[in-house]
Parts: sequence; structure tokens; C-alpha cells
Amino acid sequence: MKETLIIAGFGGQGVLSMGKILAYSGVMQDYEVTWMPSYGPEMRGGTANVTVILSDRKISSPIAHEFDTAIILNQQSMEKFEPMVKPGGVLIYDTNGITRHPVREDISVYAIDAASECARMGQAKLFNTMILGGFLKVRPVVEMANVMVGLKKSLPERAWKMLPANEEAIRHGGEIIRKIR
Amino acid sequence: MADKEVKLMKGNEVIAHAAIRYGCDGYFGYPITPQSEVMETLMELKPWETTGMVVLQAESEISSINMVYGGASTGKRVMTSSSSPGVSLMSEGLSYLAGAELPCLIVNCQRGGPGLGTIQPSQGDYFQACKGGGHGDFHLIVFAPASVQEMHDHVAEAFDLAFKYRNPAMILADGAIGQMMEKVVLAPQRPRRTNEEIAAECREWAAYGKPADRPRNVVTSLELKPEKMEIINRRLQAKYRALEENEVRYEAVACDDADYVIVAFGSSARICSATVEMARAEGLKVGLLRPITLYPFPKKPIAELAARGVKGFLSAELNAGQMVEDVRLAVNGAAPVEHYGRQGGMLFNPDEVLAALKEKLIKK
Repeated sequence: MKETLIIAGFGGQGVLSMGKILAYSGVMQDYEVTWMPSYGPEMRGGTANVTVILSDRKISSPIAHEFDTAIILNQQSMEKFEPMVKPGGVLIYDTNGITRHPVREDISVYAIDAASECARMGQAKLFNTMILGGFLKVRPVVEMANVMVGLKKSLPERAWKMLPANEEAIRHGGEIIRKIR
Repeated sequence: MADKEVKLMKGNEVIAHAAIRYGCDGYFGYPITPQSEVMETLMELKPWETTGMVVLQAESEISSINMVYGGASTGKRVMTSSSSPGVSLMSEGLSYLAGAELPCLIVNCQRGGPGLGTIQPSQGDYFQACKGGGHGDFHLIVFAPASVQEMHDHVAEAFDLAFKYRNPAMILADGAIGQMMEKVVLAPQRPRRTNEEIAAECREWAAYGKPADRPRNVVTSLELKPEKMEIINRRLQAKYRALEENEVRYEAVACDDADYVIVAFGSSARICSATVEMARAEGLKVGLLRPITLYPFPKKPIAELAARGVKGFLSAELNAGQMVEDVRLAVNGAAPVEHYGRQGGMLFNPDEVLAALKEKLIKK
């Protein structure tokens, strides 16, 4: 098993934390993991992205030039990362703010309206875990029990009161993701 | 498995944990991206409340390296960390530390240069780390971690060698290794050395307070008589020869039957290990020689590969060609040696290195 994944969007969307939850979940499942962020000025209002690799073998390069899965959360990232999905790979995107939808025919495309769903619920902070839930529905690379431990481990103790809401958001993300092609 | 002592951490965070657990006595630093998490983590862990380790934010890098000089003079295990421009500011101090033969640890989490450059990963400070980084004939002991686990392990190894040889040691990391999170197993907590232990270990040179039964120790790099200064230099050179003889560390991956060998260190070596997998999948016999110590450099294993009939070497570095000079010296004309690199904070991809290998060496 090896899953090479990029999560890309705006700084502040929880891109890096989503990657961290996934990486911790991988650790719980005894996988090798790498979490390689974009860092610096990119994070402050610009684009942010993180490459997460989960593998049952030693991971050679933490830098990837093609991805099994791309989770795309803004238009700039669509331009940059749609071409970098492996043929036969998966692209998941939130439709909010997307002006040019994915065009590739050789990959599976899924849409999730997590931004508008969170706005409807008045729970903007659950955005990234809802997206994560969508991803895990499509690519169940880690068991849900390990995701829940990973979620707890990646949150500071003061945020643990938010655990049930985040768990629910992960489940709900799995319900609202839909296949485009 | 969930309760195993496996942590997920950034390379920079691990430096802080490893220093505390090694029993480090003091850290002096000044923030700079991409290594600021070292001091941030130390401040969060508050080791002064547990082991008694001092953590101090200095007013500049010049100040922090001279605090290291002061702490090291007393036989304490002290360290600093910075990124490229900050390490340039420390270069006078590095020369003085080497001249006064003071053991200590400097961590350089490199970013793109020259000048203020970028904050993205680079390996542009190879020359600075291995060929000087200050005036005079001296060497640092230089480690090049290629994983978060090695960021941890090299702290203890570098301190141990620094004290064994009474010489400053450097961990030459980069923004990629510093910012990346991976699994790491932390060492058990070791106690800091007691004053009695330091007096026993560093009796001959450290200025921890003069006991009645030995003359005063003077820590200095100054010697105005050139005849004496040459003797000091010869002693330093003998030490460097001993390091070259005894302390070279490297990893050879798939080199036994390799026709072509990539030489790469740190984050580049990680990327190039994927290049080796790709090449092997195409039936090309490619290996990877990864120097773990950059100084002392693994000349001998590279020379042996050349003598064994390797048809070409590619030095893949995130710079314009620095380590390639040492690879050429080691190969000494026995085979072609080429360089492939990216600069300014750009990384290469595994397939890019494979394409360069084919273009520069295999097609010839």
C-alpha cells in the first residue's frame, strides 16, 4: 500500500492540519508516513499545500511529482495540481470558488460541497474534517478507528471538546461527496 | 501499536527533543525561517524546569555563537541553531571555536541563497560547512541527516564526536528535513553531566574553575608567536586526519552491482533513493552513495566504487555544484563525474534526476 496525496488550498482552510490528522492516522495504522508542507509566506493568505505519503514500506522521496490523489480547495491549486494526478488517480475538489472545473477524463473526479455545507451549519471550523471524511469514503486507506485516534493526537488538549463534532463531520463528509466521473 | 513510543514530528522539533534528552546544558539562538521551531519547541518544553538546561534567545546570531563559545569553554554541552544567513553571521565564532578546540553543536537548517535569498530548502552551504565557514585552516565535523529520525540521532552523535575530538560539530540540514514530519523514536532521557563528571572529562582544557592540583587552563585561539601557532595548526591537522581515518559515515544503496552511482546527501539523497528505484525498474543498474558525514567525506568508498569499474558518478545537490568537487577528487579521473542541481530553494523530482543521469552519463 502506498498513497501519495496532495492537499492544496488557501492558508487558513486547515490544509496542513488535515494532512496532519491523516499522517497521525497512518502512524496509528503502523504505516510509514511523511508530511511535507509548503511553508513561509505562502501560508499567510496565499496558497498552502501539503504532501502526505502513507506506505507500508520505507518511504524514499518525501517529494512527489505525481499524486494518487489530489484534494483541491481553490482555483489556483486546480490549475497547478490537476495535471499532476497520476492517470487512473483521484481528484477531489470543493466546488466553492471554482471557476474552471476539472477537465481530465483519465482520472476519477469527485466533488464535495463542504464549504457551503459548513456555512449552512454555521460551523466553518469543521470544513477540513468534512473534506477528510469525503476523501476517506473514496480512498479508505486508513481504518476509521485509527482516524479517530489520529484526530485526537493531532489536536491540542484544549480542542478535545471539539472531537465529537469533528467525528460527525468526517462521517457527514462521506455522505455528501459525489462522483462526477 | 497505538501506545508505542513513536511520535510524529517535524525535523526541527526533534532537534529540540533530542537535545534535551541527550542532556544538553544550554541552547542559545536567534529565530530565522525555516528553523524557528527549534527554539519554539525548546521554549514550549521548558527544559530549565526539568533537566536544568538553559534556553536563551540572544539578540543576534553573533551573540548566540559567542554564548556557545562561553558555555563550551567551561566543558558544558551547548548548542545553537540557525539557517544560512544566520550561520554566515556566526562564521567568525566558528573559526574561534575551532581554533580554541571547543566542542559544541551548530545546526544549520539551510535555505536558498546567496544573501537573504529565499526561505525554501537548499544545500548551498556545503562549501561553507565543509571548506571553511570562517578564516584559517579548520574543519567542522559535519553531519547530513536525511530523515527526521536522523535529525534526532545526529544530535547525540555530533555531540559525542565533538567532545571526543574537541571540535565544533555541525548538523547540516535544510528546510525540507526541518519542516517535514515523519515518525521518530525518541531516546530515553539522559541526565545532564554533573560538575564532577565535567571536571573529570574536561580537566585538561576546560575553564570550570581551577582546582588546586593543576595549573590554570586558558581557553583561547590567540598565539602571537608564529612558531607556536604552526605547532597548534599541526595538532589541528593531525586531528582532522584522525577524523578522516576513523569517523567517516555513509550509506550505500544498491551500489554492489551498480554501473552508475548517484552521490547525494540530506533531502537530496531521499529524493534520489526514489530515482534509484525508478532506474532499477527500467533495468538500469544505478546505486546511491549517501555521505552521512560530509566532513570527513567518504572519499574511500567512492574511490573503491570507481576502481571497481563504475562507469560514471552523478552528484545531485540542491546547489550549483559544490560536493561534486569532493566526488571528483575521490574518483580522481577514474570515471566521469557530473553534477545535477537546482538552486534558490527549488527541489528536484526523482524523475528529473534520472533524466539528468541518462543525458549526462548513460548516453555518452
